[in-house]
Amino acid sequence: MAVPSVAVQPRPSTLSRLSESHNALGFGFMLPAAALLLVFLTYPLGLGVWLGFTDARIGRPGIFIGVENYEYLWSDGVFWLSVFNTLLYTISASLLKFVLGLWLALILNQNLPFKSFFRAIVLLPWVVPTVLSAIAFWWIYDSQFSILSWALQQMGLIDHRINFLGDPTNARASVIAANVWRGIPFVAITLLAGLQTIPQSLYEAATLDGASRWQLFRYVTLPLLTPIIAITMTFSVLFTFTDFQLIYVLTRGGPVNATHLMATLSFQRGISGGQLGEGAAIAVAMIPFLLAAILFSYFGLQRRKWQQGGGD
Amino acid sequence: MKFTRRDVIRTTAGVAAGALGSRFVGSPAFAQEGLKSKPEDGAKLRLLRWSPFVQGDEDQWLKNTKRFTEATGVEVRVDKESWEDIRPKAAVAANVGSGPDLMFVWFDDPHQYPDKLHDVTELGEHLGTKYGGWYDGPKQYATREGKFLGLPLATIGNAIVYRESWVKEAGFSEFPKDTASFLELCKALQAKGHPAGFTHGHGVGDGNNYAHWLLWSHGGQMVDESGKVTINSPETLKAIEYAQALYKTFIPGTESWLDVNNNRAFLAGELGVIANGISAYNTAKINKDNDPKLAEIAKDIRTTNLPIGPVGKAVELFQVTTAVIFDYTPYPNAAKAYLQFMFEDPQMTDWITSSAGYCCQTLKAFDNNPVWTADPNNAAYAKASATLRPNGYAGPLGYASAATMADYVLVDMFAKAVTGQATPQEAMEEAEKRANRYYRV
Repeated sequence: MAVPSVAVQPRPSTLSRLSESHNALGFGFMLPAAALLLVFLTYPLGLGVWLGFTDARIGRPGIFIGVENYEYLWSDGVFWLSVFNTLLYTISASLLKFVLGLWLALILNQNLPFKSFFRAIVLLPWVVPTVLSAIAFWWIYDSQFSILSWALQQMGLIDHRINFLGDPTNARASVIAANVWRGIPFVAITLLAGLQTIPQSLYEAATLDGASRWQLFRYVTLPLLTPIIAITMTFSVLFTFTDFQLIYVLTRGGPVNATHLMATLSFQRGISGGQLGEGAAIAVAMIPFLLAAILFSYFGLQRRKWQQGGGD
Repeated sequence: MKFTRRDVIRTTAGVAAGALGSRFVGSPAFAQEGLKSKPEDGAKLRLLRWSPFVQGDEDQWLKNTKRFTEATGVEVRVDKESWEDIRPKAAVAANVGSGPDLMFVWFDDPHQYPDKLHDVTELGEHLGTKYGGWYDGPKQYATREGKFLGLPLATIGNAIVYRESWVKEAGFSEFPKDTASFLELCKALQAKGHPAGFTHGHGVGDGNNYAHWLLWSHGGQMVDESGKVTINSPETLKAIEYAQALYKTFIPGTESWLDVNNNRAFLAGELGVIANGISAYNTAKINKDNDPKLAEIAKDIRTTNLPIGPVGKAVELFQVTTAVIFDYTPYPNAAKAYLQFMFEDPQMTDWITSSAGYCCQTLKAFDNNPVWTADPNNAAYAKASATLRPNGYAGPLGYASAATMADYVLVDMFAKAVTGQATPQEAMEEAEKRANRYYRV
């Protein structure tokens, strides 16, 4: 009797088995990205948090001191002033950027002549390096050579130069205005992209139902734009909260710390002052605020009820 | 004479060795300057310095560096950064153990990371002995527990820069020498529309210079010899009250000023008096041929030392810069040879001359540099190293003094009181509390 020959399948190598495994391949492809995240994000963040619990100074590793840095900050008036400044700066600038950016996006969404040209030009403040625009604002706000003071004086509207960066209130308003100028394009262009995804048929249907322009905006545009608003404003709030360059160039946190943000104070104490531990603690103290902003956006603005124009 | 094969080999080897050795030992640098350290084979150096305020300073430094390279074969790359960015860069280099081999740092920087700096005591003592000794103030910034952490490079002097015709117009035939008459002058200048302007903002140089002069000229001090905070004192109160009176005569906006604002306003003809380095005058002098307005200002500018207060002597902060070698450098000998070469005559003489009054010598033998008499306006900057008082007087230099200055504790104290945001007593108490955080009571 003839014995049927059985073809013996060679045992697949580990490499070929791995190359056929979706899980292994997926893991392999993610590895470079995960390594980058670990090295450049997780490690610095972890190190920053650790430094906040040490008395590290420049040139000295420091030892673990628990929450002593935070206890010092708790009783530090300048730190609390910087928290107040940061919140005022972020809330005011973000609200203004949202309102003005949305307004600009709605205008740019119309069929204007030279539409593409205007859309491109609106981006200019965003593409100019922050340091350069900050230096321009430094001149605009100069206590002696401000073009604004000069123009208003020429028009006879004021009889003395405006002390833009010397008076605490003026200084806060001035740095917020500079931030808003710089941040509007990001909000406007992103919201414009969102506006263009709204189907025209919805507007037509609403118009047939007799909706006014306000109702079109309130019940069609706004609900459909809410997800993109959530994303845009989350980023905008994060950028504003962590702003550094504008303040560093314009005021260095002055006058008398009236414009010190947590980021600039962290740099001043950590690097210029050499107290890495305390500087890191100030930076870490920013995290809860940033997390709150992200969670608000994630859980709040993306709620279906809100998206559909309803309230809680 | 007959040469054997052995003689030829010996002679050739000798010539070769001589040629190789002369690159170092027989070079003009070693022969004439007597460089104490022999650069390592293949050594290359990188120096990070502050951007010059006077172009002649950088040009001459580079020329001297070229001479060093020609004499020793050691290439030196000289990079520069804005002077305010030097402190963070040095801090990072010290902390991570990587970066330039040498650096020009400011104020108490060497005392913040003494363990990270190469000991140059032998060289420091050699230069001190050879050139008449170091001035005490710059030396304090560069030494710790008897060791040289770096070499005191220069003091950037600060002096009154004023318009002579306007001072005369205000009724003063000569510039006041004491604080009381100075206040009267500022009142008169303001009445004539040529106010004074001194920095109350976060200007690292001008803000700190002015605040420290106010405090020290009235006998106040941040800490005592033991490092105990003593800013809350009757002397400080007097200094604040004086600052309040003076501030009323200023051009508006000085509380927002950074380092460059006073120069800019003065050179635009907006101010009668400022305090600044020689750079304000030099800018007018250099550009006078291209700008008739600046030519007129340059002709009218005079400089003098800041008025003396109740304390009875000149006491000022100034900016002191120290040349340090980081311990991580693979070429410490080349770095030491480079520094020695740059500090020796004629290199140091040429550099001080070319700096046009901006950099004041730290070694006493260079006192008679012709630059100090070349222009009468340079004279006010000639004694900067002799009259300076180190930061954090009368306490020790170190982390606390550096941090207190970096946090603008003194600058803010005066600014808060003069702008009416706090009473003098409140401003003083707040400064005391903030300083205590660093001096850790």
